[in-house]
Amino acid sequence: MATATPLDLSGDPRRHRRERLVGGVFCATAVTSLLVTALILWSLFRNGWEFFSEVEWATVFGSDAWNPRQNSFSLSTIVAATLIVTGIAMAVAAPLGLGAAIYLSEYARPRVRSALKPVLEVLAGVPSVVLGFFALNWIAPNVVGRLVGEEHGRGGSMLAAGIGVGILSIPLVASVAEDALRAVPASLREASAGLGARRMATTLRVVLPAAVSGLVAAMILASSRSIGETMVVFIAGGATNTAQYTLAPTDSSLTMTAAMASLATGTDQVRGSGLAVPSLYFVGIALFAITLGLNLVADRFVRRVRQAY
Amino acid sequence: MALTTIGTAGEAAVQGSVARALRGHRADVRGRVFEGVLVLCLLVSLAVLGLLIHRVVADGLGVYTDRGVDFLDGGLSSQADRAGIAQGIIGSFWIAVGVVVLAIPVGVGAAVYLEEYAPRNRLTSFIELNIRNLAGVPSVVYGLLGLAVFVETLDGFSGASGVQRRTLAAAALTLAVLVLPIVIITTSEAIRAVPQALREGAYGVGATRWDVIRSQVLPYAAPGILTGSLLSIARAVGEAAPLIVVGAATGLLGRNPGLSLGSVADPGSLTERFTALPVLVSTWTKLPAEEFRVDNAAATILAMLAFVLVVNAIAIVLRNRFEQKRSA
Repeated sequence: MATATPLDLSGDPRRHRRERLVGGVFCATAVTSLLVTALILWSLFRNGWEFFSEVEWATVFGSDAWNPRQNSFSLSTIVAATLIVTGIAMAVAAPLGLGAAIYLSEYARPRVRSALKPVLEVLAGVPSVVLGFFALNWIAPNVVGRLVGEEHGRGGSMLAAGIGVGILSIPLVASVAEDALRAVPASLREASAGLGARRMATTLRVVLPAAVSGLVAAMILASSRSIGETMVVFIAGGATNTAQYTLAPTDSSLTMTAAMASLATGTDQVRGSGLAVPSLYFVGIALFAITLGLNLVADRFVRRVRQAY
Repeated sequence: MALTTIGTAGEAAVQGSVARALRGHRADVRGRVFEGVLVLCLLVSLAVLGLLIHRVVADGLGVYTDRGVDFLDGGLSSQADRAGIAQGIIGSFWIAVGVVVLAIPVGVGAAVYLEEYAPRNRLTSFIELNIRNLAGVPSVVYGLLGLAVFVETLDGFSGASGVQRRTLAAAALTLAVLVLPIVIITTSEAIRAVPQALREGAYGVGATRWDVIRSQVLPYAAPGILTGSLLSIARAVGEAAPLIVVGAATGLLGRNPGLSLGSVADPGSLTERFTALPVLVSTWTKLPAEEFRVDNAAATILAMLAFVLVVNAIAIVLRNRFEQKRSA
């Protein structure tokens, strides 16, 4: 019987080479994700720079209309519209999503839950253009028209678009909130029940406070998603290409995303005058910064849930 | 029960009062109302989904009963009763192919690296944070990436100039980049669920790291990876915003040169101008004429939803089945 030398145990060199090669390939794919972020930043700032260096800032902060082809870039108009639409969306998505999450996590029996949850996930898979279609052709006449007055329901408005965005965000709120609620240890619920608390008291006084950071994360993520949602507002927001500054939800207006989509829609026919195309990147930078900030904050809250339990 | 020793005569009454005392004297009205409100929240959400599908079917089905497959293989037209969605199907088909060929291999690779190879250091956690943030970047911003990088810098891979650079290849690549973080995140979760004992067993019989990944980790994680892949395909096929920014043809009411009406699987369409099903929905819904805004848009949504929802449903069922099997 021959004795094994260390060289024998170290294995076939071809096997080593193959291992290094495979590891390198996997590492390269992971680095691709960093490259994507780098490319996003590069695209935004390379093209946005032209806007920053050439724009007269009076047309950004001093005007009250968004009309890029006429050199009017009122930031307050599109930011106000974005906040209004996001506010309406959250007013729809927060209670419905949270209620659904509490029911699924605290009340529903396992069989009911396993039957209903997939349906909610199907809602999450509905493309946003479909919600845009629904918001313009059904929500506007039947909800906005009946609640606010028929004259507001004939076309798109921020209210119709906001409700549409809200419906789109329900599954996101529900699924993140449900994860947070289910992460609360059962022992807390059992202790509460042992002290004589009913289920409602247990839910409201024990489970919800324990899950609060996850619930906050759900709200922030849904806001971020609503701010970035494009197609519903582009289709059902009622405005194309230009918008006047307004704070009335029943008016039509352009959100930041809808303004971008409108600008881009024109570019295959006309190159907009002067700064129209660079302004697309300018709004993109603002949008990217806002959503990045919100996502980072939400990420913090989600991590906190994981650390607590 | 100790209380039964009191005597058989008052037994039932005592038990009843004990039960009442334990449960509280009054019925728990507030609790019931609270539960009712919660159920209502869920039911409203589900009812909206039902209503939405009902509207789309009610508005769109007429187009198919009147025109049949003519609507599916007809080209774009400014006349509502002649307009078809063939170019949209071609566009969406190649976008799905782009996701399968580019995003899924790269995404799975990145997830394998992060879960199996990467040292636990700052760079790794930065890459992970970066991926979570990429998943939250609005889709319209990915459109700007596609416009600046794939269209303007790389000429849409067609060597053409002007609007002719706004090609299907650039669009497919943009959406592949868009869904990359989704593929990475779902694959990472699937790989994390692989029991450590499987890896240790394989290492114990002399397998190298790649052997372990190939023979143990990937097969075990396959259902999860497949679920994530299906979800990302469905997401890409439903996205319109980045396509509009990359330059999908939207002024397509007249005859549109450069939008080929060839067969679906002809790769030649990759270097030509494009449109896709969700872009058609958006363009048509924004037109004033009701035949486009309601009927044709709803019929296009039906074609798109049929694909998106079926793919989603398969993914959800697949995941639930494997979750049950493994937890059993």
